[in-house]
Amino acid sequence: MAEFNVNLRGVGPVSVIDVKGYLDAHTAPELENVFNKLLDDKQFKVVVNFNELKYISSAGLGVFMAYVETMRENSGDIKFSNMKENVYNIFDLLGFPILYEFFKEEKEAVNKFIS
Amino acid sequence: MNNYNKIFEKELLIKSVTDSLAEVREFTKSAANECGFPEETSGKIMLAVDEACTNIIKHAYKFSPEGNILITIKFKESKLVISITDEGMHFDPEKVPEPNLREYYKQKRVGGLGMYLIKKLMDEVNYSTLSGSKNQVVLVKYLSN
Repeated sequence: MAEFNVNLRGVGPVSVIDVKGYLDAHTAPELENVFNKLLDDKQFKVVVNFNELKYISSAGLGVFMAYVETMRENSGDIKFSNMKENVYNIFDLLGFPILYEFFKEEKEAVNKFIS
Repeated sequence: MNNYNKIFEKELLIKSVTDSLAEVREFTKSAANECGFPEETSGKIMLAVDEACTNIIKHAYKFSPEGNILITIKFKESKLVISITDEGMHFDPEKVPEPNLREYYKQKRVGGLGMYLIKKLMDEVNYSTLSGSKNQVVLVKYLSN
């Protein structure tokens, strides 16, 4: 069974989602649950911290695509930080850098919302 | 005999559940490593096989957990051939358009990315129908010298 953990925390007005382990078709619903909770709570400013994510498949990428527009329609966004090269390469193959902002550090992504 | 001439064959039979994907990845990656592929390429092959199995679980078996998926990995003369066979609903790859991310974004569509990734990650991809209503996708990767 794939090992995956997701944790949600608040940094000022921004919601930070920490993802850890393997994000695939089996574990993507756990991440969807977190996004659904954010929508319920009307939290639209989101940073996903990928520091401990080892692997992502298109099922995981699909979660971000499914929620990003709702966040943007409500003056928020989904921004990405701390991504390992092998994970970034998959986002890059699918053309995500034209539609999403990637940051080296979580703080930079959070500050982008605040400034 | 070095890795380039070695004949290698392994197979894995799984049920059509997403819970099996971790085992599929482990099986594929260790086979690719054993055949001499560098870590980065093994990772790409592993992702392609994950995507192919995910498509079968979702589309051919529609998440019904009783289906069989057979994965066979062969390596000969620098050519890695991965055959993935299922007995689910036939699936026509010609009917799946290449995704346009901007359009996807507007329409909130989330499917179709897997097939596109498989094409990008592998050297050859071939979908076919076998006798006995079986579907097969064959993925090929060449080991460069």
